Amino acid sequence: MAVDKDKLLQFLLRQGDNTLILGHRVSEWCGHSPILEEDIALANTALDLIGQTQMWLGYAAEVQGEGKSADDLAFLRDAWDFRNVLLTELPNGDFGQTLLRQFLFDAFQSVLMGRLMKSSDETVAAIAAKASKEVAYHVERSADTVVGLGDGTEESHNRMQAALEYLWPYVGEMFESDDIDAAMAEAGIAPDPAGLREEYDALVGKVLTEATLDIPAAKYAHKGGRTGYMHTEHLGHLLATMQWLQRAYPGCEW
Amino acid sequence: MYAQMIKTARSGVKTREEMNDQEREFQDKIDNDIKIEPRDWMPDDYRRTLIRQIGQHAHSEVVGQLPEGNWITRAPTLERKAILLAKVQDEAGHGLYLYSAAETLGESRDELVRLLHEGRMKYSSIFNYPTLNWADIGAVGWLVDGAAIVNQVALQRTSYGPYSRAMIRICKEESFHARQGYHAIMKMAFGTPEQKKQAQDAVNRLWFPAIMMFGPTDADSTNSDQSMAWKIKVKSNDELRQQFVDQTVPQIEYLGLDLPDPNIKWNEERGHYDFSDPNWDEFFNVIKGNGPCNVDRMKDRVNAWEDGQWVRDGLLAHARKKAAAKVAAE
Ligand SMILES: [Fe+2]
Ligand SMILES: [Fe+2]
Ligand SMILES: [Fe+2]
Repeated sequence: MAVDKDKLLQFLLRQGDNTLILGHRVSEWCGHSPILEEDIALANTALDLIGQTQMWLGYAAEVQGEGKSADDLAFLRDAWDFRNVLLTELPNGDFGQTLLRQFLFDAFQSVLMGRLMKSSDETVAAIAAKASKEVAYHVERSADTVVGLGDGTEESHNRMQAALEYLWPYVGEMFESDDIDAAMAEAGIAPDPAGLREEYDALVGKVLTEATLDIPAAKYAHKGGRTGYMHTEHLGHLLATMQWLQRAYPGCEW
Repeated sequence: MYAQMIKTARSGVKTREEMNDQEREFQDKIDNDIKIEPRDWMPDDYRRTLIRQIGQHAHSEVVGQLPEGNWITRAPTLERKAILLAKVQDEAGHGLYLYSAAETLGESRDELVRLLHEGRMKYSSIFNYPTLNWADIGAVGWLVDGAAIVNQVALQRTSYGPYSRAMIRICKEESFHARQGYHAIMKMAFGTPEQKKQAQDAVNRLWFPAIMMFGPTDADSTNSDQSMAWKIKVKSNDELRQQFVDQTVPQIEYLGLDLPDPNIKWNEERGHYDFSDPNWDEFFNVIKGNGPCNVDRMKDRVNAWEDGQWVRDGLLAHARKKAAAKVAAE
């Protein structure tokens, strides 16, 4: 059945903006990580995320049909047009917070990509198939690091627990659903995110238990990113940096 | 180069008569282009000189992430961002690979990093210059990686096996970086007037620092003779510099940019380009720590190391607990 084009576009922006914004955040680490192996791993993660962004936003631009490119979408939209979940735009904090944020997102992606590979939309299925290989590697690595630091020294444990307290309220937004998700589910393009929560909680619960970390009891979830209604203050600064060249010298080829 | 002004750990080259049997056998191998391997006997000074050279090269790869990382968050397109991320990832990998080569000589990575952070080891002078506009990123790939290649292609023939093999592997990636860098600055040079202005600015600023990468003139290069005899060094600084200038001048002309040095002129008689000496006072100042970015670069690296202490400690503690649990279970 034909799906509403605008809704498909919104769905694709949600995917592409998540990977774009998180990829950008991870790339901020360049040359500053705790050990050389981590510099390599973080650059690799960022690279994978930017590669996925090129696919998601490339398809989004095609669906939009206004002759724009993935770059136009990445570099020339303002904050209110971004559809990433708030979790991805949060500042890096220390290395532990960065890796925990990564794990909380990777775990979601690993559940979601598995479903999207069976999407009724061939392009979505193909992007998910390619991304899922990278996501499987990312979640394995971020989970290992979260366990290692959570179950490491007293200091590393305390830092990880503090990071979890800060990040946990941003987890719930990934499972929000609205009329866009309903339309995607109806067309067989994507699952309703609310239905992914149980699998996610099982995966995340297992890793955080192994990491000896306590999941905060509070159920409150910050939201406003995936609808664009209200981002954090952090996104504007990120975009000011990321989009600066394209804004300062419009219409150039790079 | 990535390794500049490496002090050879002794003075004067021994004549064959001055050598003992072991030293003579060692020198014969080198003269016959037989590679020295980690388990082979080698003079202590050969070992120490190599550790310094490989260590400095490794540090350069690592510190070299910083000037490029400076633009990763501002890369103008997704593709440019991906290319730059991949390049910086390669450079960190080169660092890792070179530290491993130094380890085969009995020097640990931790020790080399400690010496760097205490200011007792250096990295290439080039990374003490800033990257100020987007064209700098193209220029760094093209000129800096390009200069590194000239040196490292020569070093593929170096006498120490693990170092030689590291150079062969690394050169392949550096060539790729240089091509991508040239492509990036080409876009700028052939772009709008503002882009072209950035490209010209980048070439003007980075030309002399790039040709300084080869180190002082042969006349001032006090430690070369022994390194040449040991084939730790294969070509002289001036030879390599000339080779770089000869290959690069036509590339600048192709971009339609003004040459960054009014004295660059083809010399029919020599079959080479003439060019001005860089400002050697500036070079020695940068080496001494007074370059535009020395302090910030070292602060970045030291802070990264210190801020990461809890991470390294935490991961180590967890690994120990796991190992202990495994032993207990057996
Ligand atoms: Fe990858
Ligand atoms: Fe390199
Ligand atoms: Fe390189």
